[in-house]
Amino acid sequence: MGSYLPSTRDEQQQMLEAIGLKELKDLFVDVPREVLLKDSVDIKPGLSEMGVRQEMEKIAAKNTVFQTVLRGAGAYDHHIPAIVSTVTAKEEFLTTYTPYQAEISQGVLQSIFEYQTMICELTGMDVSNASVYDGASAAAEAVMMTQTRSRERVYVASTAHPEVIETIRTYCWGREVPFELIPQKDGLLDLSALENLPGDTACVYVQQPNFYGLFEQAEQAANLAHQAGAKAVMGVYPISLGICASPGELGYDIAVGEGQPLGIPMSWGGPYLGFMAARKDMMRMLPGRIAGETKDKQGRRAYVLTLQAREQHIRREKASSNVCTNQALCAMTAAVYMAAMGPQGMAEVAQLCYEGAHYFADELGKLKGFGRVHTADFFNEFLTHCPMDVRQFEAEMARRGILCGLTVDDKLLWCVTEKMDKQAIDEVIAVIREVSGQ
Amino acid sequence: MKLIFERSVAGRRTFQMPQSTFPKRELPKAVQRKERPRLPEMSEVAISRHYTKLAKQAFGVNSGFYPLGSCTMKYNPRINEVVAGLPGFARMHPLQPVDTARGCHEVLDRAREVLCEITGMDDMTFQPAAGAHGEYVGLLLMKKYHEKRGDTQRTRVLIPDSAHGTNPASAAMVGFTVTHLPSDDQGCVDLDALKANLDDTVAGLMLTNPNTVGIFDPNILEITRLVHESGGLNYYDGANLNAIMGWVRPGDMGFDIVHLNLHKTFSTPHGGGGPGAGPVGCKEFLSPFLPHSHMGARLAEVDTGDSVGQVRAFHGNFLVVARALTYALTLGREGVAQTSGMAVLNANYLMRKIEPYFPPYYNRICMHEFVLSLDKVKRSTGVGALDVAKCLLDYGMHPPTMYFPLIVPEALMVEPTETENRETLDEAAEAFAQIHQMIQDKPDSLHDCPTTTPIGRPDEVGAARNPIVRYSFPE
Repeated sequence: MGSYLPSTRDEQQQMLEAIGLKELKDLFVDVPREVLLKDSVDIKPGLSEMGVRQEMEKIAAKNTVFQTVLRGAGAYDHHIPAIVSTVTAKEEFLTTYTPYQAEISQGVLQSIFEYQTMICELTGMDVSNASVYDGASAAAEAVMMTQTRSRERVYVASTAHPEVIETIRTYCWGREVPFELIPQKDGLLDLSALENLPGDTACVYVQQPNFYGLFEQAEQAANLAHQAGAKAVMGVYPISLGICASPGELGYDIAVGEGQPLGIPMSWGGPYLGFMAARKDMMRMLPGRIAGETKDKQGRRAYVLTLQAREQHIRREKASSNVCTNQALCAMTAAVYMAAMGPQGMAEVAQLCYEGAHYFADELGKLKGFGRVHTADFFNEFLTHCPMDVRQFEAEMARRGILCGLTVDDKLLWCVTEKMDKQAIDEVIAVIREVSGQ
Repeated sequence: MKLIFERSVAGRRTFQMPQSTFPKRELPKAVQRKERPRLPEMSEVAISRHYTKLAKQAFGVNSGFYPLGSCTMKYNPRINEVVAGLPGFARMHPLQPVDTARGCHEVLDRAREVLCEITGMDDMTFQPAAGAHGEYVGLLLMKKYHEKRGDTQRTRVLIPDSAHGTNPASAAMVGFTVTHLPSDDQGCVDLDALKANLDDTVAGLMLTNPNTVGIFDPNILEITRLVHESGGLNYYDGANLNAIMGWVRPGDMGFDIVHLNLHKTFSTPHGGGGPGAGPVGCKEFLSPFLPHSHMGARLAEVDTGDSVGQVRAFHGNFLVVARALTYALTLGREGVAQTSGMAVLNANYLMRKIEPYFPPYYNRICMHEFVLSLDKVKRSTGVGALDVAKCLLDYGMHPPTMYFPLIVPEALMVEPTETENRETLDEAAEAFAQIHQMIQDKPDSLHDCPTTTPIGRPDEVGAARNPIVRYSFPE
């Protein structure tokens, strides 16, 4: 029923006649007759716009949208400034392609250049690409950047996000690169495992704060990697960088992370944003698009996609990666977010997350059975015990409109963002009291 | 135009965060940040105007005709955006308990059902975030399949020389070597070359059909049969599915694995280079190898012992899939075939309209796109594909894809899509006619094009030689 074809039947017929054909079927002469479909495909008849909207709204209504979200683990419920979505909804940004034609794409190219600069500033790195698919694929691509002929072995923190670990593991299996997990002790990396790394070590991947929200001894980990002649790669939660030491300050060679917290809705997991930044000497190893500054014929400042000799459309099977798109609109989202927050706002949101999470952890600690599992300090996520069956606890909390901490075995991984103030946390504590019979 | 950093003034800001209501607490010294990031300091109105200025220097499908070959720049329906913005989708945490996310799972299930029917596949994963990511997954499936059978010597992938660069790059990422197949004089697979290369080291064939010159390979059944007989798998690059939806299915053509570009065929916006989505479909025997989110999976799917593993976190670009499903439900049974039919008709109509000035490189019925070659013109006048493309900018349209596929010298690849009306095609043909006249009259003037755009041709060589990839703050 609905379609987006402007041509009327008469027009179709006239156009067919203009090229000497009778019907649409005549255009498919090269398709072998035995596979040309005789009937239409077996899907439902089309819908009107009103019909499809009602249908999709009906599906969306089967989901529960939680007003209180105390779960992070890779996707975070942060405040999104109103300016963010109004900018990224602009049709010129929404409906444009990769900016190959620089003359009519300066807006997009400049926005990428600005994004790259902001990511460099946030991570304390020299160069950034235009982004990749998400934080996990960024981590895997970063690990691949460190591969050399004599160094292939990859060490990944077992305290990193499980799906990041799995993604790196897949990429290593694909390239047939040795993959090792660094063991943990009390929720932190066991640094002794990084002493005397083998000579074929390409890199060490560390997540800060780690999956349990804890601050790793990240600087020492980077030093140990460097002592073995390997690169140090950090996966980082961008919101924490408002107040926490940047990967650059901690001595890392490559910084990556999930950019979703920078103004992108949780969206059940995507689209998200993988940011990637590195030291200058690794610039030509970066995968994907990079925007660069140049001049036009008249000497005016101009932006283009640059360093394309790294890329698949030139190098084909010798390219460092097959990435040919970035998440441009998500990158722009993050850039508008960072501009709206500014350095002061970034520090404020990080401080609110840090203080709120500690207040919540302290209050939870006063209840029976919700003590913290670890002792190290954390940013805005922490793991606690649970005095009852975690699945039952999760369901009871959900019934009361609260998405509680993520169930990790028989424990709970809580997360507090700036959306929770003291009063909101006190209310949650009251609910937990009730659910756990205290 | 000023950079956002050049508009920044210390101390200016927008106010997003409330005062803290918590007991004051300071971060341990060891993890404190020492240097503040130099992010822009701006009022909201300044941010708004900055991006409005940038938008005026961008060109989208909404701005004008966008016949960018192999990219399928069709109209992006607005209802798709409304659906993607529903709180019931946009505000969902990816790790919610399954019974609170039934709607999200239904979106994937229904999209899988429709897309499998259109492609003739049995199962599908939505993890891949883009076409190239989909190719990667498809090749991982190939690798796993052969590994499971102990056929580990199969490490060679056959790829036509007309293929997208991502094909060989993806193959390298799974440790395969690439054998390039020459094309015949019609841009199709050279059957003799194919036969000569098939043996027990071949993991499979990657093919785009219709191929990158816009021609449906008439030998397709023979090609896929030969690959199967030698023990290899057939991979379908779905970049050009917009030509054949509802007319013929990759699964019926003998393909085992398919990736789709939802941002091409299924109308989701390109967003300046992403986010897209590259779901991968496969035949039943490959289904156990598909990647899944192991934290967010439905319980029944958690134990995926044979899976190739995840290629990103969570369930893929979910909101892109929700848009694509909205589109597919809108088109429905009749709409999909009409859509592809019109995409092919528009391409043939435009090809014949342009023919008097720039004849097609392959003179036969094309599918959804066709290729011109400026090779002869370049030899006689010095005007090449780049010059014509840049000149088209002055006519207010986006140029076709340039210098691709590599097998056509001085190529321009034109894909009008089905959402353009006849007047637009006629106007584009008229632009080509006028440019043709300019080439006869004043060929040198084309080297100065474009002249109506915010900048002229940029110095790309200089950009790569002396890379400036971030703003340098004044000391």
